[in-house]
Amino acid sequence: MSTATPFFKWGYVTSQWGQISSDLLQHIALTLLAVAIGTVLSIPLAMLAWRYRAVRTPIFGIASALYIIPSLALFAILGPITGYVASYPTAEIALVGYTLLILIWNTVAGLNAVPAEAREAATAMGYSRNAALLRVDLPLALPYIFAGLRVATATVIGLVTVTALIGLGGLGQQITYGFTIGFNTPIIVGLVFSVALAAVFDLLIVGVQRLAVPWTRSSRRARVV
Amino acid sequence: MSDWDHFRHFMASVVGWFTTSANWTGSSGIPYLFLRQAELSLAVVLGALVVGGGIGLVLGHTGRGGLVAVNAANAARAVPTLALLTLFAIQPSISLKWGGFLAAFLALLILAIPPILTNTYVGMREVDADVRDAAKAMGLTGGQVLRRVELPLATPFLMAGIRTSSIEVVATSTLAAYVSYTDLGTPVISGLSTENTVEAFSGAILVAVLAGAVALGLGVLGRAITPLPIRHTRSGTALTTA
Repeated sequence: MSTATPFFKWGYVTSQWGQISSDLLQHIALTLLAVAIGTVLSIPLAMLAWRYRAVRTPIFGIASALYIIPSLALFAILGPITGYVASYPTAEIALVGYTLLILIWNTVAGLNAVPAEAREAATAMGYSRNAALLRVDLPLALPYIFAGLRVATATVIGLVTVTALIGLGGLGQQITYGFTIGFNTPIIVGLVFSVALAAVFDLLIVGVQRLAVPWTRSSRRARVV
Repeated sequence: MSDWDHFRHFMASVVGWFTTSANWTGSSGIPYLFLRQAELSLAVVLGALVVGGGIGLVLGHTGRGGLVAVNAANAARAVPTLALLTLFAIQPSISLKWGGFLAAFLALLILAIPPILTNTYVGMREVDADVRDAAKAMGLTGGQVLRRVELPLATPFLMAGIRTSSIEVVATSTLAAYVSYTDLGTPVISGLSTENTVEAFSGAILVAVLAGAVALGLGVLGRAITPLPIRHTRSGTALTTA
């Protein structure tokens, strides 16, 4: 750091607001798409894994592998498969991959936590096993699913920045730009906005949870692996 | 050429990359890159164990600062790794130290501490209060309770924290190649920037295998050093990735 330059320059934020806000919007779009697809895939997969022992191991195995492979490596591995490394499909498949283990794990944990009495009552009322799973067990597992959603969303928001290395990145573009020209301010902008975005999304999910699952006020902590 | 021919050609090139002797020797060879990544990751995890484990043990033993300890891991999840790496890497006082090692070490350390701290704290608090009271009633001092009762019982949680941290650190040390540290991330980064998909893909396979080996190895180790009577205990808070 040269002595003449301050650590953070506010002028950058005001003069580059157009670029920052468009990066922020791309960040939000990449995040929402990944979490939405991840949720749509995870809940049925979790129900299958919970219901049928035979598919449990392959489902958790594949989800764990996608989770463990570092994001940058996953982009490079997916590139030749999707055709282009620097593309939305590459980024989205990888981002969705990271949500699967978190969401499936939490959904299964939620189904496991359903009280036996509730399940027995459903049977007594004439629900078949599958109907009960959909209309009794799944709603009762919602607090766990929401907990998973919070973790998955925060994780994706952090990971989207890495997609800057394959030419996307949302706020990650601020980070790589700052690094390339050796300028602190864009990096700090990327960092602070990512953290703030994660906090806002977390509050939104908690808000939706209170509306959707009014019988639980306290949010349960997510557990993964 | 059909897609299948493309794929076969590509995989043959990948096999070619792995069997090129130049990729196995010298300062850009796989063994050297692996050692650099292992060296960085090990230093970071040990550092995080001292700092995070130490704070977790003290807070857990005294029962103070619980809110901070429990939320540390979740708060850290949202911090973009790339931002910390690049920020440290462009501070001249840091970036010039030890070939980029210090910048990568500091960025990774910040990420590695929270999971260990949170898990250690939670593990200490999960120790049954009756067990703790019984130990005190038998005349054990505070330090003895910590070493001989709380710590062994908290082992599954502590190991889960170390495992989470290690997976995250190994993954993130790949990104350190972007800020000019040299390790297995280097072929991935250089392959991506020069559109050499074979090099990027091959490097990525090595990184993926390393991350998988660390995850599996630490899982086995965690079970092995957990005291027998509590091996069934499932533990650990959520993971993070880079």
